[in-house]
Amino acid sequence: MTTTDRILAFITNRFPQAEISDVEDIFSLGYINSLFAMELVMFIEKEFTITIPNDELRIDNFRTAKAMTELVDGLRSAVV
Amino acid sequence: MTQQLAPTIDRAYARSFVDDAIRPEADTWDRAGAIPEDLLDRIAGAGLWAPFLPSELGGAGIDMVTLGEIHEEVGRGCSSVRSLLTVHTMLSWALQRFGTDAQIQQWGPELATGRTLGAFCLSEPGAGSDTAAITTTAVPHNGGWLLNGVKKWTTNGQRADLFLVFAKGPTSTIALLVPSNAPGVLVNPIDDMLGTRSSMLAEIAFSDVALGPDALLGPSGFASGMVLTGTLDLGRYSVAAGSVGIIQACVDACSSYAAQRRVGGTPLRDLPLIQAKLSDMVTDVRAARLLLAEAGRLKDRGDAATIMATWIAKYFASTAAARHASEAVQIHGANGCSPEFPVGRFYRDAKVMEIIEGSTEIQRMTIAAEAYRKWES
Ligand SMILES: Cc1cc2nc3c(=O)[nH]c(=O)nc-3n(C[C@H](O)[C@H](O)[C@H](O)COP(=O)(O)OP(=O)(O)OC[C@H]3O[C@@H](n4cnc5c(N)ncnc54)[C@H](O)[C@@H]3O)c2cc1C
Repeated sequence: MTTTDRILAFITNRFPQAEISDVEDIFSLGYINSLFAMELVMFIEKEFTITIPNDELRIDNFRTAKAMTELVDGLRSAVV
Repeated sequence: MTQQLAPTIDRAYARSFVDDAIRPEADTWDRAGAIPEDLLDRIAGAGLWAPFLPSELGGAGIDMVTLGEIHEEVGRGCSSVRSLLTVHTMLSWALQRFGTDAQIQQWGPELATGRTLGAFCLSEPGAGSDTAAITTTAVPHNGGWLLNGVKKWTTNGQRADLFLVFAKGPTSTIALLVPSNAPGVLVNPIDDMLGTRSSMLAEIAFSDVALGPDALLGPSGFASGMVLTGTLDLGRYSVAAGSVGIIQACVDACSSYAAQRRVGGTPLRDLPLIQAKLSDMVTDVRAARLLLAEAGRLKDRGDAATIMATWIAKYFASTAAARHASEAVQIHGANGCSPEFPVGRFYRDAKVMEIIEGSTEIQRMTIAAEAYRKWES
């Protein structure tokens, strides 16, 4: 599975009714609360063994699965 | 000269510390309404303020399962002391999770050693469960922040050196590190609470408190809610652990009392109705401990499922503690209502566990929302 697929799988596992594509703004769906935001960040950090620094915890990095993929790829290449 | 090895900080270590330094005095502190400085120093000496912090900062790097076990043991001895550990843990955890390198270097060793004690300031006179209703404000000011507002029910507010204050920032709720001696901070003790009577609560007024830019902990904007969510999660975990400790304390007190007290020539322990109460306590303490350990294991794995697991552990353990502490008083009869036995304290402390770190009602709503989530249309 690609990074994007893994992120989408996590979101749809939490919200099975969400039919989202990789460029859909997940915040516009109305499900996202601070609990899910925390779960999402924890998921990404664990799944991809990275630590997301504070200055990357910006809404634009989490708006879409595509943006999250870019964030993950950027942080992974930084540690390699 | 023999070199002293640092002790392993685990449940057995905490248990012997609690039985030696805490349990025998807990009723006295409860009546006095304060924890003595000497005990705060002994906790520091034992390395128990924030042992989950890494050794570079002066902690012991213990895992979350072990931290839960330690807070259970402390809660078995005294819920007020456990409350002080809880709020200190919340601040220390938030610092290591969201702090900048400079903030961690400045405060980490202080918190790990207990030279600086932390407290958590969210609730206000007009905002408890509804955290969005807080009115304390932090506005940008001279490159830093200007803080105004009143916080209430701050555990250890009377004694803590550093407050983690949640305030309305320019776009979202933000977290600020505020030293208790900053100009404009006024601490008013709240005494004579129903339970956790020696946890040194305070109402804290912040009047034009000027803070530097480094007071801001964690991101602002979208992710700032995470600081609160994460910090409350740790607090909830600690309160769940403390609640397990209260149930265990009830089991210990009741099994000992029921063995020596006789009614109509029969020891209480032989009466089926008393056995029923004891068996429920023993069963629930084990179940609560397992739920807590599961939440701890998920934390250690960095698994997001820990947040819901912690809600459930706290809901189960706190409601069971309140139920069993009530039965513990019942088993003790009039003695249970007297200051000569600790069960009255367990009863009062257990009630508090149903209110703090997410009340029973809020927990039920959150847990039910989890059950419904998959069926939302
Ligand atoms: C001993 C003690 C120590 C504390 N320490 C701290 C501390 O260190 N820091 C801190 O910030 N706060 C602290 N608190 C405050 C605590 O967090 C709040 O008391 C708690 O969040 C509940 O808020 P409240 O008391 O304002 O009750 P309210 O929010 O006014 O609620 C009143 C009742 O209504 C229920 N309720 C609320 N909303 C709903 C709903 N939507 N549906 C159904 N029922 C609802 C609640 O469960 C409660 O039973 C402490 C409190 C105590 C008693």
